[in-house]
Amino acid sequence: MLDELDKRLLNLVQTRLPVAPEPYRELARELGIAEEEVIGRLRQLIEKKVIRRLGAIFDSRKVGYKGTLCAFKVPPERIAEVAAEVNRHPGVTHNYLRDHEYNMWFTVLAGSEAGLNKIVEEIKERTGINEYLLLPAVNIFKIRVNFDLA
Amino acid sequence: MNKLDQALVRELQKGLPLVSRPFLAIAQKLRLSEAEVLAKVQEFIDRGIIRRFGAAVRHQDLGYVANAMVVWQVPDERVREAGRIMASFPEVTHCYERVCAPGWPYNLYTVIHGQTEEQCRETAARLAAAAGLTDYLVLFSTAELKKSSMKYFLEET
Repeated sequence: MLDELDKRLLNLVQTRLPVAPEPYRELARELGIAEEEVIGRLRQLIEKKVIRRLGAIFDSRKVGYKGTLCAFKVPPERIAEVAAEVNRHPGVTHNYLRDHEYNMWFTVLAGSEAGLNKIVEEIKERTGINEYLLLPAVNIFKIRVNFDLA
Repeated sequence: MNKLDQALVRELQKGLPLVSRPFLAIAQKLRLSEAEVLAKVQEFIDRGIIRRFGAAVRHQDLGYVANAMVVWQVPDERVREAGRIMASFPEVTHCYERVCAPGWPYNLYTVIHGQTEEQCRETAARLAAAAGLTDYLVLFSTAELKKSSMKYFLEET
């Protein structure tokens, strides 16, 4: 479980890590603890997988990557097998089951439009799923995944 | 992005090193100075290449267990306005306009996080009222099959 100090630390670092020579020392000063304690707690939070990544969270489009959301209609008895094929691609970063006849929703990223099409085609071919939606974004109004832990 | 930018992306996506001078540690790997790495990271932030410099936290562990994707059917001329209204709600973590597909008329997508499904449904109803929309579906996630951070430019290694 997270204690109060973990929560304060998470509230701080999920918004902003200092871009400075000694970022952990700056956080330590703000929290009134030692730099070693900040580093030790961050290491534990990463090991416990509370923190998925520390540092740079990239905008895939500005890095030059292309992406799309896909929704596949997968027969219930084939979900594990189709998920294994879909998830095997490193460009598939998120995959959720949702309560709809289009039940498997995943995002795909690739370095080019051609690369993206190749992954989607390969998934279609290898799973034989022929009822699907390809839903690329045309406008992004918000991406924010900070949570208040207070 | 040039080769050096790509190399820096590759280092940064491993996670900021847990040492007293993490930017120095990266600089030494790339044969740069600490000041050059700091300047480059700041430039990436200013250009929006780095969307956020902080920690990505798994929200399930923090009690935000329900996650719904709400898909909305919005007249084209109202998408921008509706998108901005929905984006202003703190419960909405993602808000995208997406292309429609045959038999699938939904063009605005919001992801809502809440502590219960009921809370997510209430949020969706408030969004509908605020944006003046009536045609939408609330799609709850029943299982997370994969969630990972993208690794860019790995073909270079």
